[in-house]
Amino acid sequence: MQHLKTAKSMALAAACMAMFTGAALADPDPTAELVIEGELHLVTRAPSDDLTPYLPERYSGWLFRTETTRNLQMDDFENPAMIAVEAGADAWETAEGTNNQSCMDCHGDAEDSMAGVRAGMPHLNDAGVLWSMEDYVNNCRTERMDAEAWGWNSGDMRNMTSYISMQSRGMPVDVEITGDAAPYWEQGRDMYYTRYGQLELSCASCHEESYGLMIRADHLSQGQINGFPTYRLKNAGMVSIHNRFRGCIRDTRAETFAMGSDEFRALELYVASRGMGLSVEGVAVRP
Amino acid sequence: MTEVRPRIRLPRRASAGDSIVVKTLINHNMESGQRRNSAGEPIPRQIINRFTCEFNGVMVIDAALEPAISANPYVEFEALVDGNGEFVFNWYDDNGDVYTATEAFEVS
Repeated sequence: MQHLKTAKSMALAAACMAMFTGAALADPDPTAELVIEGELHLVTRAPSDDLTPYLPERYSGWLFRTETTRNLQMDDFENPAMIAVEAGADAWETAEGTNNQSCMDCHGDAEDSMAGVRAGMPHLNDAGVLWSMEDYVNNCRTERMDAEAWGWNSGDMRNMTSYISMQSRGMPVDVEITGDAAPYWEQGRDMYYTRYGQLELSCASCHEESYGLMIRADHLSQGQINGFPTYRLKNAGMVSIHNRFRGCIRDTRAETFAMGSDEFRALELYVASRGMGLSVEGVAVRP
Repeated sequence: MTEVRPRIRLPRRASAGDSIVVKTLINHNMESGQRRNSAGEPIPRQIINRFTCEFNGVMVIDAALEPAISANPYVEFEALVDGNGEFVFNWYDDNGDVYTATEAFEVS
């Protein structure tokens, strides 16, 4: 369906680009470079392709933030998300459950075993079902450790996904969307272009047609999820991908899907695919 | 709340007489006392109300923190280092706990 409105959307996208670059002298700054600790260069602008025909280029949400917020992410000491990463590292080594096992007992050092995991999430499990990172974590907890599953949005879960995501920092987002994953991807794409709620807004309304413009006191980004889990300053804590989706759909004044629902897994896969080539930012900082 | 863990960052090198930038961060909920729980009852205030830093026993900064300061307070300040020594940092919790960190510093 979206192919029919190609011309119109391209014109809109071009207009939005002009406004985005027009703001280049202040914030946001599309020429900013994300360098962590003066060493690790992250890709925040990636070329577009057939997956995102209406985006001239893919932009990390980092580019849309003010300089002070951007700087927080460039220094691991000032990045408050590192509190969650450290807590996740502790949990990684902590044995739990009736089998008295820790993550480390099977997976060893996360720096080796978890590198690249975040970049490929969500991912089909062995049974061909699409799982998010939270599903894999809970599967280990219930099946291997014989421990209680963590809530999707619990502090423990967000700490763990933060720690695991950090091991992929700097790696390009690269999710599998063909083969058995294709139906999930198509479901996610259809959701992306479906208008929800009393305000009748689709994901694309804001994040494809209007990125760079203001929404209340903030700049709309392209809605990329390469920086998640993200430390949101307004929450003073980590926010998961599904929690962000839930917030967006709630803001359209719709009944939202639940965190951990099949709908959000599919949407996660599709949105991740729109950011292929961008660096996993491990744990980003956003306002 | 998870374990409270102070974090300190000092510059790698400085000369005697330099003013150095000291960065500190501590994980803490900084519960303001203004919020209510799901049952409508007030959540008691529990913040870090005071932060101090001494260098070789001399007070560098003694700050009063207030309920409007957000969670995980980050405090950055400058300190004059006249020679080798030891920084001592203290965070004072409303519940009476004091979280202490020490950091040795050598001038080059």
